[in-house]
Amino acid sequence: MKSFNYHAPKDVKDASKLASSSSAFLAGGMTTIPSMKLGLASYKDVIDLKNIKKLSGIKVSGKTVTIGATTKHAEVAASKDVMKAIPALAKLAGNIGDAQVRNRGTIGGSISNNDPSACYPSACMALNAVIHTNKRKIEAEKFFTGMFETALKSGELVEAVEFEIPEKADYQKHPNPASRYAIIGVFVAKHKKDVNVAVTGAKSCVYIDKDLSKKLSSNFSVSAIEGMDVKSSGMNSDMHASAEYRANLVSLYAKKAVEAC
Amino acid sequence: MASLVGSRVERKEDTRFLQGKGRYTADINIANQTYAVFVRSPHARAKIKSVDTSKALKSSGVVGVLTGKEIAEDKIGGLIAGWAIRSEDGSEMKVPANPPLAKDVANFVGEPIAVVFAETLDEAKEGAEKVKVDYKVLKAVVDPAEAMKSEAIHDGVDKNLCYDWLLGDRKAVDEAFAKADKIIKVDLINNRLVPNAMEPRACVVDYNTASEEITLYTTSQNPHLSRLVMSAFGGVAPENKLRVVAPDVGGGFGSKINVYNEEIVCSWASKKIERPIKWVAERTESFLTDTHGRDHVTHAELAVSNDGKFLGFKNETIANLGAYARVFGTVTPTYLFGPCATGVYVIPAAYSNVKAVYTNTAPVDAYRGAGRPEATYTIERLVEKAAMELGMDKTEIRMKNFPTQFPFKQTLVHTVDSGDYVAGLEKAKQMADYAGFEARRKKSEANGKLRGIGVSSYFEACGIAPSAAVMSLGCGVGLWESAEVRFNPTGQISVFTGAHSHGQSHDTTFAQIAADELGVPMENIDVVHGDTDKGTFGMGTYGSRSLTVGGIAIVNACKKIVAKGKRVAAKMLEVNEDEIEFKDGEFVALKSNKKKTIGEVAFACYLPGQRDEMKSPIPEGDEPGLIESSFFDPANFSFPAGSHICEVEIDPDTGNVKVEKYTAVDDFGRIVNPMIVEGQVHGGIAQGIGQALHENTQYDETGQLMTASYMDYTMPRADNFPEFNLGFTCTHATSNPLGVKGCGEAGAIASPPTVMNAVIDALGGQEISMPATAEKVWKACKTMKKSNAKAA
Repeated sequence: MKSFNYHAPKDVKDASKLASSSSAFLAGGMTTIPSMKLGLASYKDVIDLKNIKKLSGIKVSGKTVTIGATTKHAEVAASKDVMKAIPALAKLAGNIGDAQVRNRGTIGGSISNNDPSACYPSACMALNAVIHTNKRKIEAEKFFTGMFETALKSGELVEAVEFEIPEKADYQKHPNPASRYAIIGVFVAKHKKDVNVAVTGAKSCVYIDKDLSKKLSSNFSVSAIEGMDVKSSGMNSDMHASAEYRANLVSLYAKKAVEAC
Repeated sequence: MASLVGSRVERKEDTRFLQGKGRYTADINIANQTYAVFVRSPHARAKIKSVDTSKALKSSGVVGVLTGKEIAEDKIGGLIAGWAIRSEDGSEMKVPANPPLAKDVANFVGEPIAVVFAETLDEAKEGAEKVKVDYKVLKAVVDPAEAMKSEAIHDGVDKNLCYDWLLGDRKAVDEAFAKADKIIKVDLINNRLVPNAMEPRACVVDYNTASEEITLYTTSQNPHLSRLVMSAFGGVAPENKLRVVAPDVGGGFGSKINVYNEEIVCSWASKKIERPIKWVAERTESFLTDTHGRDHVTHAELAVSNDGKFLGFKNETIANLGAYARVFGTVTPTYLFGPCATGVYVIPAAYSNVKAVYTNTAPVDAYRGAGRPEATYTIERLVEKAAMELGMDKTEIRMKNFPTQFPFKQTLVHTVDSGDYVAGLEKAKQMADYAGFEARRKKSEANGKLRGIGVSSYFEACGIAPSAAVMSLGCGVGLWESAEVRFNPTGQISVFTGAHSHGQSHDTTFAQIAADELGVPMENIDVVHGDTDKGTFGMGTYGSRSLTVGGIAIVNACKKIVAKGKRVAAKMLEVNEDEIEFKDGEFVALKSNKKKTIGEVAFACYLPGQRDEMKSPIPEGDEPGLIESSFFDPANFSFPAGSHICEVEIDPDTGNVKVEKYTAVDDFGRIVNPMIVEGQVHGGIAQGIGQALHENTQYDETGQLMTASYMDYTMPRADNFPEFNLGFTCTHATSNPLGVKGCGEAGAIASPPTVMNAVIDALGGQEISMPATAEKVWKACKTMKKSNAKAA
């Protein structure tokens, strides 16, 4: 790893001021640090957000759950409030990576990185999340723009993620046996008016499967999507899984998720 | 006094390991050390047109940059193949030169081209980035099955063929096959594995300008052998000016047998730059450059009669050596493989043909089991398929072909001294509730799952090895082992062994053995290994040899201590030597019942003088002191054997395979420490399940390693395993005085076919290759559904 300047500011303003084209925000570092170690990325300044108190914590209101950007996966998984309001979200957090990752990795870090096989983006999409940054509020659908790409601009950082509490929800993942990232992950959320089926791992970026969502919106049952053909076109095909296998898993895990709701 | 051999003594080494006090090579720092970073080939095959070091030399903190040119000028030798294997036509094998730093051509991704030394690791890295290598990229040969049809990658190695080896009798096999009722055939790929020792390779070199001695701290399974090779073939330093220390080593599995490029280069360079040097591999370097394991393409056939008798066996195998032949590279697919390919069965006619080829991939060498897992996989897949095709029970067909008389003259090479294969399989059946399987299969089916059961019976030849035998087969050294027992005047004992512990628990088991022999508490004994300046000599640890060869050397050295002690005690007690009995650490004069403890005798051995009443206790003809050594050369290999049974459940929707039950019954002869043996079996099975279901080393067609990190290379984890159900049978080895057999590799040898036989059973006999990953199994389930639908 190449040497860099390490900063750990205490408030968002200072963090934002330190940002430049050769800096990175550090929110757990589960991807940033390995990338730097492998020489895939190098920065002049690394701005660690861990000392910014207001970025961490979980708040539940009547309709939403808001999770601070530097809240660790283990904290979300263990939160009684999250378990009560959106149990699927606690379950998702509790199955990310391994114990070490869950005790370092954060929700803000995960969604800002937008790994195509990360778990959290699917929850954001299915739960109509609003991403609060230090500059604005962004709807999840507009936040995740492509592979490892988000709508965040230079110096902009995620402060919190506000999830809509659904009537029912569940997350099902088929982990990559090596990395334990999602080969595919399906987040099904039944809201008052409609149903969202968000899929991660299958394509270059998280997305809502509109066909599955539509069918389930009119009839929220396994039988409604039984036999539905999920198209493999546009899906990732790599040494871990072919597009055909991924397509099979999307429809299978969507059913599993509905069943578990 | 109760015997320590046979009891579950807790590991002495755990105290330091569990408290983080292990001292590994990377923990060692020498004042004024520099840091080495290697410049490695990014191409699988390329001509090296030029290497420009000028910018690197000017880079901040860089102390020196060396390339293949300088190492050739200094006439430093390259890496070696330890075994000379002959082809069927009698010709010598073809071995290309393997310089420590490639000068003219690079033959695999990661092959070192140059090295940069700097004041800090960061500066060394930056310097390495500034070394400019001009390559002409050539078309790589990657697939072993295609290697013989591809352009030769080494000068003088036609068809990329190292040798075309045969063991056995083609004519006898043809005759047996002609008489057979049925021929069972399999086409198998034994997947390439990356050993993945927890501790990456590393070395620290300290050159003493005054004494001109080089001290090399390194991650080795065999420090004396490394010294020998570096001195005799590398020409790095005379043997008496080279000290090799392998301190705590975090796992080897065969990958740390070889002397590697980095050790030779850093040792040579330390003398050149007159500075200590430290190099620690990064994990990616380990993936790219540690020797890999397995990588066979095999076609094999078994001739059987309708009543299930085995009549003949043959295999045609292509073994991938990778870019170069290394220490055990050429013997692993021949004499460690062929003789075991007929398994635990009486098969009147057999041959094993192996073509070893070079490819532009990392060198392939010994990996836990080395040849014997490949052999066992071949025969046990055939046997299981034979049972299926003949409609016989898979245990019955095995029982029918087991030898019942021992010694058992095995078809191709070995005479197995002892065993009871029937007892092993019977016990495994009982422990696995083999009879209750069909009920469990039905239960799984009712839940929409497919359940399968697999069996494998194995024997293996380990405890390598009788020097006369291995040297006649082409080994460049004898494979004896040494021990020295120093009984100090104050009663503390140092046991020096040439074996090396990198997870095998020698501190504990060797102390158990010596304590029993000498009748002293284990706490009085320290086992010393891993330093060429301390022990006499040693061949190291691999091939499950530590106990059966090294352990016996300790026994023999202890017996010499006791023999001398008897003579001394007789003089002290003023009786004849034959009137002395040694028991529980005491020399007893049988008539008078007067006694001397071994501690008193040892003390006396160091006081040979006379004064007043005191007479010298040293008998005439004996020397003072109480130090004895032994070089033990075994009379035979050691032949552990057993039967394993596995049950898997498959989810046809996802293709996920769950190992539901795993039963292993092994015969390791007399067991020194059951707890440690169980640990060895657990580890071996885990690695075997890894090979069967998870691990796969993949190169793309240009020779880039696709699985070069844990993001892509699937290591098995605790949640991939059920609780292992272990049992033991015991027939004593007759080839050594303890009656012990090797146990370190058995788990990895027996388990891949056991698991695969279970998977294939669940899939209704549909063949599938290792690793049986979820997607492959899912596809097989789909095919099965289609053919079932057709049948209906």
